[in-house]
Amino acid sequence: MSKTPLLELRNISYSYPGHTSSLLNGINLQIDNEHIGLIGSNGCGKTTLLQIIMGLIQVDTGEILLDGTVLEQEKDFRNLRRKLGFLFQNSDDQLFSPTVLEDVAFGPLNHGLKSDDAKEISIATLEQLGLKNFEDRITHKLSGGEKKLVALATILSMQPQLLLLDEPSNNLDPATRERLIEILRELNLAHIIISHDLDFLASTCSKLYTLSDGKLVRCEDKQVHSHEHIHPYGNHPHQHGE
Amino acid sequence: MIEEPFASGSSFLHRRDPRIKLIGAACISLVLALSTSFLTAVTGCILTGFLLILSQPNPKRIVQRILGVNVFTLFLLITLPFTYGSNEATSWFHFSQDGLRMATLIALKSNAILFCFLALLATSSTVSLGHSLEKLGMPRKLTFLLLFSYRQLFIIHQEYKRLQRAALLRGFIPKNSLHTYRTYSHLFAMTLVKSWNRAERVQQAMLLRGFNGRLIPLNQPQPTQADYSLLILLLLLSLILAGLSFFPLPL
Repeated sequence: MSKTPLLELRNISYSYPGHTSSLLNGINLQIDNEHIGLIGSNGCGKTTLLQIIMGLIQVDTGEILLDGTVLEQEKDFRNLRRKLGFLFQNSDDQLFSPTVLEDVAFGPLNHGLKSDDAKEISIATLEQLGLKNFEDRITHKLSGGEKKLVALATILSMQPQLLLLDEPSNNLDPATRERLIEILRELNLAHIIISHDLDFLASTCSKLYTLSDGKLVRCEDKQVHSHEHIHPYGNHPHQHGE
Repeated sequence: MIEEPFASGSSFLHRRDPRIKLIGAACISLVLALSTSFLTAVTGCILTGFLLILSQPNPKRIVQRILGVNVFTLFLLITLPFTYGSNEATSWFHFSQDGLRMATLIALKSNAILFCFLALLATSSTVSLGHSLEKLGMPRKLTFLLLFSYRQLFIIHQEYKRLQRAALLRGFIPKNSLHTYRTYSHLFAMTLVKSWNRAERVQQAMLLRGFNGRLIPLNQPQPTQADYSLLILLLLLSLILAGLSFFPLPL
């Protein structure tokens, strides 16, 4: 008998209010300690799926289980949010405190840590990400890459067991992108990463899924790579004929 | 972020607990605002002037601030003597000493209160003042509103600027025309929609990090001996000012 997975999605379906066709249609997924990559065209519901997992959107049908327990109310999701960290697509939405230290300490303080402990944890997290002496920097004055890393720090300071990252490598310069890959490898936390950057996924994930027509489809191993195309749809995940 | 030019510094007043400064500023400004005595107003100006010097502000910026407020008092000085009270001079020219006295009193009082606020409140950041107000018993919801309006105003302004730039780059030149008004109404409406969406995403971000309606400050200093001494000094100061109101100056 296998042990209960950390997170399990059972038959999740969702359609936008007012839409007749469903965006997500019977999604099943189990995650325990995996590194999952999620690809799919724009608007296919990838971000929505992560928001559903975090309890920000109510599903039409289906169940979300954390450690084998079905989550139903807002209260249950509060518990889930302690264990799962969600990195937004846009870091500006995630950083709202004046200084970096205040932002990174926001989560720990909300979880009832004392000021000093929250500070200590935040400084340690920043150091871990190579952001030493960033504590007093003003969040909105950071560069795009710095914002992304600080946003990651605000999540890591809550010591999650699973990370959900929404297009983390977008708009990052090559050096910061490499650093993010390195960080994710060192952390070795379970994660789900949404991205269109196939190389990024190849170096951070062991399993790849794609969302098509509201279904989650496992991609075959060893087929994902980026290569040059002269036809216009080369950017989309695709399979080649034998 | 809205600029707080006087909040950073290391003077004696900068290092004091914001709660103490809030209480002190409230007492002094209340006495000054209610007083009708010249003696109180003049002494108030001098004493709060000393406080201001104690806070070691940037001289150029502080003069700018003071001048800014005095544009209004100057306006009163120009208009009040000619419109207020009874006419004491000739019949064709209205000039009243009462009006002049009133305008001078208002000018002195507003400057004294301004000095007091610049010395005591401007030397703390808005964020720490907000938290201190909560600790002094202001309802949590109001504190939250204050702190968040303060933070988000800047973002809304930025959002608007971005849209405005986009319009300019596409050759938009504001004129007195229907097209201009329509464009501005679109800009305002779009700013509103975008700020709303953004506020929603920020709220989600806060929710995901365990926010439950209360902003917990990272630094929670305890008042020190020096803080209590300042409190006593400020309370004494307001008592003296209040006492002086009972001695009418022979003017």
